[in-house]
Amino acid sequence: MDLIFTNLVNGLMLGALYAIVSVGLTLVFGIVKVINFAHGEFLMVAMFLVFFATAYFGVHPYVTLVVVLPLIFGLGMLVQRVLIEPLQDSDEHIMIFATVGLSIAMINLMLMLFGPDIYSTPSSGLRTVVDMGPAMFLTGQLNILIAAIALVGGIHLFLTRTQLGRAIRATGQNRAAAQLMGINVSWVYMVTFGIGVSCVGLAAVLIAPLYPTSPEVGQYFVLLSFVVVVMGGLGSISGALLAAMIIGIVDAFAGFYLGANVKDLVVFGIFLLVLIFRPQGLFGGARNMSHVS
Amino acid sequence: MLKLNNVTAGYGSTTILHGISLDVNEGEIVTIVGGNGAGKSTTLRTISSLINPTSGSIEFEGRDITKMAAHKVVELGITMVPEARQLFPEMTVLENLQMGSFTKVARPRYKEKLDEVLTLFPRVAERLSQEAQSLSGGEQQMVAIARGMMSCPKLMLFDEPSLGLAPIVVTQVFDVVKKIAASGTTVLIVEQNVFQTLQIADRGYVIENGEISMNGPAQELMGNDHIRKAYLGI
Ligand SMILES: Nc1ncnc2c1ncn2[C@@H]1O[C@H](COP(=O)(O)OP(=O)(O)OP(=O)(O)O)[C@@H](O)[C@H]1O
Ligand SMILES: [Mg+2]
Repeated sequence: MDLIFTNLVNGLMLGALYAIVSVGLTLVFGIVKVINFAHGEFLMVAMFLVFFATAYFGVHPYVTLVVVLPLIFGLGMLVQRVLIEPLQDSDEHIMIFATVGLSIAMINLMLMLFGPDIYSTPSSGLRTVVDMGPAMFLTGQLNILIAAIALVGGIHLFLTRTQLGRAIRATGQNRAAAQLMGINVSWVYMVTFGIGVSCVGLAAVLIAPLYPTSPEVGQYFVLLSFVVVVMGGLGSISGALLAAMIIGIVDAFAGFYLGANVKDLVVFGIFLLVLIFRPQGLFGGARNMSHVS
Repeated sequence: MLKLNNVTAGYGSTTILHGISLDVNEGEIVTIVGGNGAGKSTTLRTISSLINPTSGSIEFEGRDITKMAAHKVVELGITMVPEARQLFPEMTVLENLQMGSFTKVARPRYKEKLDEVLTLFPRVAERLSQEAQSLSGGEQQMVAIARGMMSCPKLMLFDEPSLGLAPIVVTQVFDVVKKIAASGTTVLIVEQNVFQTLQIADRGYVIENGEISMNGPAQELMGNDHIRKAYLGI
């Protein structure tokens, strides 16, 4: 019983991490209509930033958020402006090459600068075990869950209650009409890409104290986020949240009872079932921002 | 107010407009009529800068807007109600109207404009919290026009506002266009409903294969033999 509970709680917390990463990915897809295959590499770069900022300033890893977020946001805007925008009206495949290429370039740049070594950000008390009767978890994990809820709620409020947020949705639903409203869509795309990768900036701050940092870490975390985004219905934020939680829980239980090797089989098996029976994703069709471009 | 000098424009390497010249004076209702694929929508898209001319120039209130970005053109006071309405389908009617007053110029006047359009379109007022895509075609057209009015335009461009609507709704649309013009907004309207448009317009241009083939006062065009045969089916 206790084990079931512990696995459930762990699954929720893992799901929360996938949610934070996936929300950024699905937002960029829904609005900019780009699958950002370099999403994980933004996470990796952000984790390095957390590592160095923590070491250099000697502050708690969470404090580095004030440096990491603006830097990652700016980097995202820059990538949108110089790489994505010039290709936006060309073939979809070219866009895939562009972001896959960016991903490879970022990994190799970091390998060149820092080698394949592992860098460990100090855990600063975040690996403290909390024993809550039936369930055990780390304080750092609990913070991820809280952050995920705050992020999804915050993004929802931003997109529905602010004029910029509405402009972002409008641009995603009909780009030409958005221009006719006086919206600078090229600016909207930059901001959206910036927000999208800022989500992994947040994720980086939360996980750097718990997991080691290396140039390949992005691949590890983001693969499942692609599954989450597709399962949730491309472009759907609420769908991504639900799918992330399902994947997190399945991941935790399968990992515990069936072992790490079989785990991926189960996760991708469920993914295939969803694709077969609900190809539009769990929430697809109901609340999907990826409408006409 | 608006002046197109010998404008050529198109999509990619295909030229659609071959040197269009036309002007619209303040307070007028001017119409562009022409058959399918003649280049009417392309002309309006070029004026609102969704497409850039490859040569020629466009002036608005004495300013050169030929190469201006689309969102800047809106700020100057040119608003287009596009063909097929182009609402934001998954946003509510109210949100669509809010997007209409996105510009710096329009935002401070949001409340006043909202009152104005909701008085003009009582049916829209009843559906503010509905998603735009759930509305009927006629209602969507009203929202599209209302959304355009929200941006406080000096010149409003209409691209076939009566397309696909029932005759009674078509009449309502033309009434609304007349009211908008009467309240001081200059109107440039593209229509296939040539007869009704010429009735409300001051002047008209006929466009054929991307060229202006004829222009003059609406009354005169209505009496013209070629137009009666080609567009009025008389
Ligand atoms: N996005 C586009 N890309 C390429 N060609 C286009 C595009 N839009 C329109 N065209 C072409 O430009 C020509 C003129 O089109 P336009 O839409 O201006 O015609 P129109 O006079 O508005 O016709 P309609 O009454 O059918 O709306 C057509 O031959 C059309 O095929
Ligand atoms: Mg047209």
